[in-house]
Amino acid sequence: MASQSTGSSFIQVTQVLAWRELARFFRQRNRVVGAIGTPLFMWLLFGFGLDQSFSVGNSPETETSFLEYYFPGSLVLILMFTAIYTTISVIEDRQAGFLQGVLVAPVSRQDMVAGKVLGGSIIAMIQGMLFLLAALFLDVDWTIVQVVSLVAILFIASMMMTCVGFSFAWKMESTQGFHAIMNLVLMPMWLLSGAFFPVPNLGTGQWTQDVLHWIMKMNPLTHVVSLVRRFLYGSDLLAEGFWEPSLWTSIIVILLATALFYGWALRVCKRRNTGDLK
Amino acid sequence: MATVSEYSVMSDQRAIEFQALSFSYGDRQALKDVSFDVGEGELFSLLGPNGSGKTTLFRLLSTLITPQQGALSVFGKDVIDQAQQVRHDLGVVFQSPGVDGKLSVRENLAVQAVLYGLSKADARTRIDEVCGQLGITDRLNDQVDELSGGLRRRVELAKSLLHRPRLLIMDEPTTGLDPSARSDVWNYIRQLQQTTGMTVFMTTHLLEEADHADRIAILHEGELVALDKPEALRSELGGDVIAITASDPEVLLKKLEQHDGLSPRLIDGVIRISGTVNSQLVSDLHTCYHDEVQQISVGKPSLEDVFIARTGHRFWGAS
Repeated sequence: MASQSTGSSFIQVTQVLAWRELARFFRQRNRVVGAIGTPLFMWLLFGFGLDQSFSVGNSPETETSFLEYYFPGSLVLILMFTAIYTTISVIEDRQAGFLQGVLVAPVSRQDMVAGKVLGGSIIAMIQGMLFLLAALFLDVDWTIVQVVSLVAILFIASMMMTCVGFSFAWKMESTQGFHAIMNLVLMPMWLLSGAFFPVPNLGTGQWTQDVLHWIMKMNPLTHVVSLVRRFLYGSDLLAEGFWEPSLWTSIIVILLATALFYGWALRVCKRRNTGDLK
Repeated sequence: MATVSEYSVMSDQRAIEFQALSFSYGDRQALKDVSFDVGEGELFSLLGPNGSGKTTLFRLLSTLITPQQGALSVFGKDVIDQAQQVRHDLGVVFQSPGVDGKLSVRENLAVQAVLYGLSKADARTRIDEVCGQLGITDRLNDQVDELSGGLRRRVELAKSLLHRPRLLIMDEPTTGLDPSARSDVWNYIRQLQQTTGMTVFMTTHLLEEADHADRIAILHEGELVALDKPEALRSELGGDVIAITASDPEVLLKKLEQHDGLSPRLIDGVIRISGTVNSQLVSDLHTCYHDEVQQISVGKPSLEDVFIARTGHRFWGAS
């Protein structure tokens, strides 16, 4: 594409669109609170409420409180909620007319996707880091490597979910439709990620447990939750008789899933939305 | 239908060429074989009632959608093959407000500057220039949500003008504005067109607005029904127009048709007589059909009469 005008680079466009996402999100205080409040509330409620009836450990030394067990899942829920809130802005932008303005500007749609996804991922990552502060009250031995690894995982996971949210949001004309997707796809994905209960092992003799095992194993979120748990507590649940993916499996799975979902977002955005034609 | 007339091109360069454009949404055909040119430097209005296809034409021109049949070029560049170059030439104001309410005026403009590839220094100068011209310099740091509708429109205009487009296109830019804000926008557009030589293309469903333009095109049900200067279109009808409302218009129409030299037409319950009309005729009609006539009025032919003459429909449908 030989253009006479100077034209902004991919990085400049991505940067400015990502900045806009951040500015919009953090200027709407109810969104910041909404995305972090619900998971925080649920974490405390279930954490304390189920503490007596739930136990993952077999021996008193390895026993985990539900508050501890449920923490990585809550963290992932915050990433998910934030990713959803930020990608809903695609629908709002389209309704408001801002999106059309970007579509007729001399920038490619790939730049636009990159800006949206980067913005959404950074926001989700920041929200996740805020929640991570709550882990200071848990029994965790903090090291620098651990914190850096956790932040990196948060960022990749945020990007993965932002891409999923974007791909759904692009096709939607109303935010109501998006809530349906959230309830039908995203919430079940989260519930089956080991966030709320661990992945059962194969060979328990019950076919329901086997089905659950396979579904949860295939779910990329399971690998996110597992990685967070690993880096936070430095241990896994294998010793307790549950299934847990290996460190490298999880890392490869979330990287592949993120790349895949990003590709999906790039494909989807080439399509015209009927919302542009009203 | 309307062919390329002697008025069609005001300079050698053509800003826009619509060539046999057709467009359908599924079964519904929104545009049927539309062809016309807009000359460089013109202030051009596309007039049509809601649903006439003018918004579709606008979207095609904005490069938001691509032509299905026919061709469309801007300054000789095809909108499909050279979309990016076309986009550099275009300043687009959509009907829905494209400014971001959560950002300040300056932030909105800064984002736009990056999207259109302006350097940082150039962006700063242009923001000051454009906002100065539009009288929004003192609002630069205000969040757009806090501005009135009229001011927001100006911000939108500023946004679309930032990169010095050669062609400014606007989809019903004065919708939702009060009369004073509306005339503000018009004055500014006119002044801009005159000082910079920029070509302006806008759609409107307001007949009185189209009158401001150098030339107008009228769309009706996806077809081009008129294309000329507003005064040329009006003078085509000749003389004045009499409009009569009657208790029983059908019967009165029959009676009027008996007269020589009168060509009355019944359109949506109103009898309209155009052609050689004088005050004598009006008072004669009033005396003759005193019992039947409820209201009789005389006026210069308006663009609405042009529209009626060309389509046989009233512009606003049955009222």
